[in-house]
Amino acid sequence: MPNYSYIVLIPLLPLAVFVILGLFGRKYFKNISGIIAVIALLASTVLALYTAYQYFFVGGKVNGVFQKIIAIKYTWLQFSPGVSIDMGVLLDPISVLMIVIVTFVSLMVHIFSLGYMKGEERFATYYAFLSLFTFSMLGLVLASNIFQVYIFWELVGASSYLLIGYYFDKPSAVAASKKAFIVTRFADLGFLIGILILAFHAQTLDFGTLIERLTSPQSPQLLAITSASFLGVSILTWALVLVFIGGAGKSAMFPLHIWLPDAMEGPTPVSALIHAATMVVAGVYLVARLFPVFALSDPAALNIVAYTGAFSALLAAVIACTQTDIKRVLAYSTMSQIGYMMFALGVSRYGGENGLGFMASMFHLFTHAFFKSLLFLGAGAVIHLVHSNEMKDMGGLRKLMPVTHTCFLIACLAIAGIPPFSGFFSKEEILLAAFESNKLIYGVALLTSALTAFYMFRLYFSIFWKKDAHVHAHHGEGTMSMKIPLLLLAAGALLAGFVPFSSLVTSDGAALETHINIAFSAAPVLLAVLAILSAGVLYRKENDQPEKIAASFGGLYKAAYRKFYIDEIYLFVTKKIIFNCIGRPAAWIDKYIVDGLMNAIAAATAKISELTKGMQSGKVQNYALYFFGGVVTLTVVFIYWWK
Amino acid sequence: MTGIPLTDILFVSTALFFIGMYGLFTRRNIITMLMSVELILNSVNINFVAFNKYLYPEKLDGIFFTIFIITIAAAEAAVAIAIIINLYRTHQSIDAEDAGELKF
Repeated sequence: MPNYSYIVLIPLLPLAVFVILGLFGRKYFKNISGIIAVIALLASTVLALYTAYQYFFVGGKVNGVFQKIIAIKYTWLQFSPGVSIDMGVLLDPISVLMIVIVTFVSLMVHIFSLGYMKGEERFATYYAFLSLFTFSMLGLVLASNIFQVYIFWELVGASSYLLIGYYFDKPSAVAASKKAFIVTRFADLGFLIGILILAFHAQTLDFGTLIERLTSPQSPQLLAITSASFLGVSILTWALVLVFIGGAGKSAMFPLHIWLPDAMEGPTPVSALIHAATMVVAGVYLVARLFPVFALSDPAALNIVAYTGAFSALLAAVIACTQTDIKRVLAYSTMSQIGYMMFALGVSRYGGENGLGFMASMFHLFTHAFFKSLLFLGAGAVIHLVHSNEMKDMGGLRKLMPVTHTCFLIACLAIAGIPPFSGFFSKEEILLAAFESNKLIYGVALLTSALTAFYMFRLYFSIFWKKDAHVHAHHGEGTMSMKIPLLLLAAGALLAGFVPFSSLVTSDGAALETHINIAFSAAPVLLAVLAILSAGVLYRKENDQPEKIAASFGGLYKAAYRKFYIDEIYLFVTKKIIFNCIGRPAAWIDKYIVDGLMNAIAAATAKISELTKGMQSGKVQNYALYFFGGVVTLTVVFIYWWK
Repeated sequence: MTGIPLTDILFVSTALFFIGMYGLFTRRNIITMLMSVELILNSVNINFVAFNKYLYPEKLDGIFFTIFIITIAAAEAAVAIAIIINLYRTHQSIDAEDAGELKF
């Protein structure tokens, strides 16, 4: 087994950058802070790529099966002989895959930000936060212990809060960061309870042991956790569903998705990093991490994952068709694609051919990271030029920004699933996995796929065609530091589909045979092409067709435009129901009972002192009299009663 | 010597004690109050000496106590007069009524 201890440097380099820039950045490294962060992250990326090479092509396989390797393990908190919180590094196909994605996308975003964030007052702070986020995300994906995942999970949430609220003088950004933090934090409560249940029954927090104990059919722990039940559902299902709620919160699954569109208030590169490629797939990663437990021991929980994913995918796609803020379109598109990954996991089973969905989900995670961060960075470049997020302020930009235009087009084709772009390959696998196990989900997926192609090209045509550019471009397309990441990611979006993924990342580690089936691919590709053509007809030139069609949908369009009133429902539930039925009584109890008790004690004390303070008259002879009176009393007591 | 009974001496010392007590409570002049305290101390001294003489004539404990008390009383008088001088400097008065700031 090769020595993997250098891996610890991959997360620690960004941490070091965070500490240095966080403490001294604003004072000493104001202008070179970006360069420092980029160099450190470049080193991390190289190490991650080297690790991937080592793992996938040199030493990771034993007898044709990829092994789980504990590269580093350090016991941090020991609760009992079996249960401890470890800080460790676990290498298996998905964690190696994730470190490559995270470091690469983060590097692209770091480089892009050099141009995009130039001249910001808090430039160094921005890079410090980005580095903190990268560190947390890497710690999360490398974790060997479920509690370590939880620690980094919260760190990711906190750094995301910092980045969304980066423009803290903008009230909407502050509100968005709070919303993101509270919603995900609420979901994390479920995650924590799930962890505690799993740890209580499995008597371990270590992933390897946990999965082994909860999957082997004879193990006493599995027997105990499945035979115990609460409200008619087995404890294992409860635990896994609670863990999934945590994942759904981070991954913006319905109904916990409300924070994601608002999170677009952050700087655009941040959206590319956090809300496209890394943090939002943490939920998918979590389910994938515990996948053997889900698939082998508890298909019921997996079904919940599948239906939640499918519903979120469709809902988000419908909403995305109506939004006019380009970043919000991308946000809903992200939610929709993550729904894809989720239901791909949900329809999958463990091992061999049945594990197709797992492979497809991870594959889509991989390709999505490229084209979605490309879309966000492209949108960032557009916003940088136009200084607006609204579609109506754009149009005809293809001549002004040729590089961005080409890259954006590649990303759109990739997400629409047009061969031979990367999205095609991963989407095909997902559709195939859905087709083989659940026709209903397959139908939803097909519809979503067509909608995806439609709204992406609506976005594309609205930005780059539609009308003549009326933007007075006082600066060009952007600096080289903004173009290079776009080109690199475009290359990724173009070529990532040709990675022989099925032999690298599978549910059980063994290679899986896949082949493209022309007959099966025909339907989704045809639908996507039709959707693109109709988007072209509607949005390529300015006309009144879109309004007419929107009007013909009537209430449905309005509902989708208002995001199906989910935010309003949340507001109603929190403000009207929770505040009135729980908040107000709690406040009343606090005000009149808890505080009242304290006030009564204080008032009694004040009253007693009011009554007795006259004793302290300041007259020395009075005191002498009291003293003498006391002596006389004591004398009488001692002589007559104290025998 | 044997002519005077113990009770007479105790009567004198009790009288002295209450005269001192009366002076302590009624006088406003701090020096007079100090003198009253001296009276109280001397009544105690008389008690010690009398009990020593009448009950345990072969011992000297009571007499030693008396000497101690006289010594301490001298020191106490020195301290008290120092306080009185300081009080006079700040209040231009040695009346106990006038030094009543230390109250609630």
